[in-house]
Order: sequence, then structure tokens, then C-alpha cells
Amino acid sequence: MTEQDALFDYCLRIGDSSLIIGHRLSEWCGHGPILEEDIAIINVSLDLVGQARSVLDYAGKIEGKGRSEDDLAYLRDVAFYRNHLICEQPNGDYGRTIVRQFLFDSFHYLFLNELVNSKDDFFSGYAEKSLKEVTYHMQHSTKWMLRMGDGTEESHGRVQEPLNDLWRFTGEFFAGNEVDEILTSTGIAVDLNKIKPKWQQYVRSIVEDATLTLPTNNWEQLGGKEGRHTEHLGFILAEMQFLPRAYPDATW
Amino acid sequence: MNDFQLRELLEEIKDPEVPVLSILDLGVVRSYTVTGKVVDIVLTPTYSGCPAMQVIEDDIVTILKKNGVRDVNVEMVLAPAWTTDWITKKGKQQLKEFGIAPPEKSSVDKSSITGDAKFIGCPQCNSENTEMISQFGSTACKALYRCKDCLEPFDYFKCL
Repeated sequence: MTEQDALFDYCLRIGDSSLIIGHRLSEWCGHGPILEEDIAIINVSLDLVGQARSVLDYAGKIEGKGRSEDDLAYLRDVAFYRNHLICEQPNGDYGRTIVRQFLFDSFHYLFLNELVNSKDDFFSGYAEKSLKEVTYHMQHSTKWMLRMGDGTEESHGRVQEPLNDLWRFTGEFFAGNEVDEILTSTGIAVDLNKIKPKWQQYVRSIVEDATLTLPTNNWEQLGGKEGRHTEHLGFILAEMQFLPRAYPDATW
Repeated sequence: MNDFQLRELLEEIKDPEVPVLSILDLGVVRSYTVTGKVVDIVLTPTYSGCPAMQVIEDDIVTILKKNGVRDVNVEMVLAPAWTTDWITKKGKQQLKEFGIAPPEKSSVDKSSITGDAKFIGCPQCNSENTEMISQFGSTACKALYRCKDCLEPFDYFKCL
């Protein structure tokens, strides 16, 4: 793999993760449990999709084959997507959505916090900008973890269960592959080993404050970064990509 | 066209959501240069997903072309990242008059992580007896507050 290939792949990983989890959040539009949360969750979604646009646009430039952000978002199939598996997991109820968001937002925050130091000018600028928005995301999902975990017996159960269930996808955040090897040596990519303990410490402290139990199952489900996805991504893309694929010359 | 005339035209272009606030007062215009009949504008987007940025870009091109500019190049630059610090004093005053509480502090408020309360003045009655309903409001840049004195809800322009 060349450095250019690695950089393109890295862009897809970052962009696809934000795009897919942003898309999942958009599924809540009009269906939120209360009006304020409907608005909050789609605001987060909008930020993430906006961030994804920016990275996928850069990815197209790196690849150098003339693919635009839209070509990359709408015309790639499952095997070419590089998002973390946790991003494509179903929304379920609001408890499950919040747990998934909390696990992702806390990683995303720490990741961007390191990415600002990237030797790649685009990434450092992108990270600086996105970090401001993701700080609000992280605050939002953390607060809901605390409210629901340290809430009623019902709400507590509705976050403990997805926490146990989604835990197996968290190992992937820190599992680097050849792309990370190539890009960390040139100071472009984030050293995932550096942020892992910070993430673990943060999650542990919030889980404790929320009176929840940290899962002990250490199985790490991997594959997203190599294009091996769970069954969910196919359905997401079928819905997300239907319009431009069916009407390729459609314009707004 | 000279710089002064260009600036006057840019002053005409308002934020689509806040029609009294010009893009200059919003602080999204990083630079503008005139070279003959070509104008180059550099913008910094506010929020990543802000749909108004596209409208602003289109408005710039439309107004400049109507005023004899042959070519308009609008470039979006991410760094340095836009911050609410770049909203001018006049801009903040206009926000308040429009009914939106202007951003209080610079950059992302640390209290947004610690969760400490901030005292935001009500744009209607100026009372500081207000409370936050949600960190997320009608648009990506705003939070939803409510005044406990006059009982009106209002948007607060979040610090970024």
C-alpha cells in the first residue's frame, strides 16, 4: 500500500464513520422522544454529515481520480466503506442510541484532539474545526448517560443492556492496521495507543457515575476498517443511496 | 471596482437566518481582493453542516455579477476555524435586537463540559433569570433558552 493509498483510506475511515453514524441519527428526525431531543439529535447528525462532506471531498482530491464527495458517499458499495462497525448499528430505542453515541462521541473527541497535531494541514484544520462541535456532542451524550443510568430502574436497564451489547464494537476504535502503521510514521495519523487509556478512563468514570456496570467481555469485533461490515450497512446504503443511483441526473 | 465598493456590496449580503446581520459582521469573510474584473473571496464556514453557507456563497456570486464583476471565485477555508469571537460588536448588537441572545464568551465554553450554568441575558426583557432548555436549538449554531421573568423562550447563539 502506498502512502497515497493509506491517506485515501484514512480519509474514508474518518468520513465514513461520521457519515454513517450521522445518517443513523437522521433516522430519528421527527421521531424523537421529546421535541428538544429530536432537535438535539438531528443537530448532532447535521454536524457529523457536514464534517463527513469535508473529509470525503479531501479524499476525492487525494485519490486524484475525479471522484467528488457525492460520488464517494453515494456510489460506493459496502465493501468499500471504512467506517467503524459501531456506527452502523441500529438506533433501537433512545437509550440504545445514546449509549452508541456516548461510546462514539468520547472516542471521536479524543481522536480529534490528537488529530489537530497532524502534519497534514487539512487534517489539523479539520480537527480544529470539528472538535468545537464534537465537544457539544460529547457533552450531550454524556449527560444523557448520567440521566438514564442514574435514573429509574427502567431507564437504567435501557442503557445497561445496550452498553453490554455494543461493548464488543469498542475495541475497533483502537485497532490499527497497515494504514495506521504507514501514516503514524509520517506524523499524519493519530497514535491510537495514546488515546486508548484516556478513553477507557473517561468511559469508566462516566459509567460509574451513572451507576452502571462496565462490561467485562473483551471480545473485539473488527472488520469495518477493512470493509468487512455487519449486515446493517447494506440496508443503510440501500436507503441512503437509492435516489442518486435511481436518478443519476437528478439535481436540486 | 475598488475594495471600498466591494466591501459595500458584501455588507449587503445577509445571513439567511438572521436577515439583519451581514456576512462581514458574522465574521465569515476572511479576505476579499479585486483584480481587474475578477474578485476572489475567502470564506470560513461557521458550523460543518451549516446549510446557510451555500446560500451565502450563491448570494455573493449573484450580487457581484449583477454589479459588473466578470468572475467571482469563492473559496472555503477551514483553518483557522471560525469562532464566535469573529462576530463584530455591531453584529452582536444586531443579533440581540433580532431576538437572539449573542454569544457571551470566547470559544467553546468550558462550562459546556463541566455543566455549570451560564447566565445569559434575555434579549426581550434583559433579565438574567434565564435557564437553558436545550444545548441544541433551531439551527446548529443556537441553543434554546427560556426567560423565567417574562416567560418568553429565546435562541442563544452558542459560543464556538
